[in-house]
Amino acid sequence: MSDHIVSVRTNVVLFVLLLLLLLATVGAAFLPLAAWHLPVALGFAAVKAILIGLFFMHVYYRHKLTWVVSLASLLWLGILIVLTLGDYLARDWLPNIPGK
Amino acid sequence: MEPATATAESSAAPILLSQFDDLDQQQQASNLGMWMFLATEVMFFGGLIVAYVVYRALSPREFALASRHLDMWLGFVNTIVLLSSSLAMALAVRSAQLHRSRQVLNYLLITMALGTCFLGIKAVEYYHEYEEKLIPALNFQLPAEAVESHFAQPGHFEMFFVLYFFMTGLHAFHLIIGITLVGVIALLSRRKWLSGGGETQIEVTGLYWHFVDIVWVFLYPLLYLIDVKS
Repeated sequence: MSDHIVSVRTNVVLFVLLLLLLLATVGAAFLPLAAWHLPVALGFAAVKAILIGLFFMHVYYRHKLTWVVSLASLLWLGILIVLTLGDYLARDWLPNIPGK
Repeated sequence: MEPATATAESSAAPILLSQFDDLDQQQQASNLGMWMFLATEVMFFGGLIVAYVVYRALSPREFALASRHLDMWLGFVNTIVLLSSSLAMALAVRSAQLHRSRQVLNYLLITMALGTCFLGIKAVEYYHEYEEKLIPALNFQLPAEAVESHFAQPGHFEMFFVLYFFMTGLHAFHLIIGITLVGVIALLSRRKWLSGGGETQIEVTGLYWHFVDIVWVFLYPLLYLIDVKS
């Protein structure tokens, strides 16, 4: 079939990269980053997820429809998180609503 | 085993089902179908993730203290185990594409073994949490330092553990399904039951396995690494 066959070398290099990123994630957790802990940890996790998606899950070698479906799931998740947080965090912003 | 359908008779060459134009289209359709399913899975986990985001945004201090009760090094080892299982799965897919059936079987068995190892370590963690009386609705007791911290919402400390058990539990449940699925595929591939040597079936199972790995990649920093020191 026309499927791309990923070489053993690529797979192993990817695995080593993932392990290094894991070490970086844990290392960053011990640094005094204060409020930056979460974005840094999520950044490393996102890079790991993208690498797994592109090469272990072959998205890189697939046609555009697979790209669209895989990214669309994140779009819906983004809407869910943003709108829900918008509700919870903004509840006390308008204190003087008549009838509240 | 008697072939269950007409399509199951030959295993050497892939069988083209009548609704597809060619083998390539057929394979792409199977693949895209699994991707659609994974997109719904993102939403399935999304409900728990958004609950986590809301409670953490409301009570960051409670979550930071609660997170320190988890063993980050067991989680670290478990991440390595799961990443290794993904490597084994990727190599199984590669072997299936090259029609090396013995290699396929070996890699699938390694994948299953590593998945089971992950569940074992997870069980050890759950047992630690049971001993520390941190399981909500079973034996939860607010730890002393959480009582002393005089949180505005001490219930949100417990909520961290509710979310922890639901998120890791749902993930473990997916892994149990994954191990079963890989086992069934390995058995069918060994019996030469799958059309085309099982290339498409193994690839699609691999997609599911890697997805479960990606979920853990996010759960690990969200649950274990909120505030490891200070």
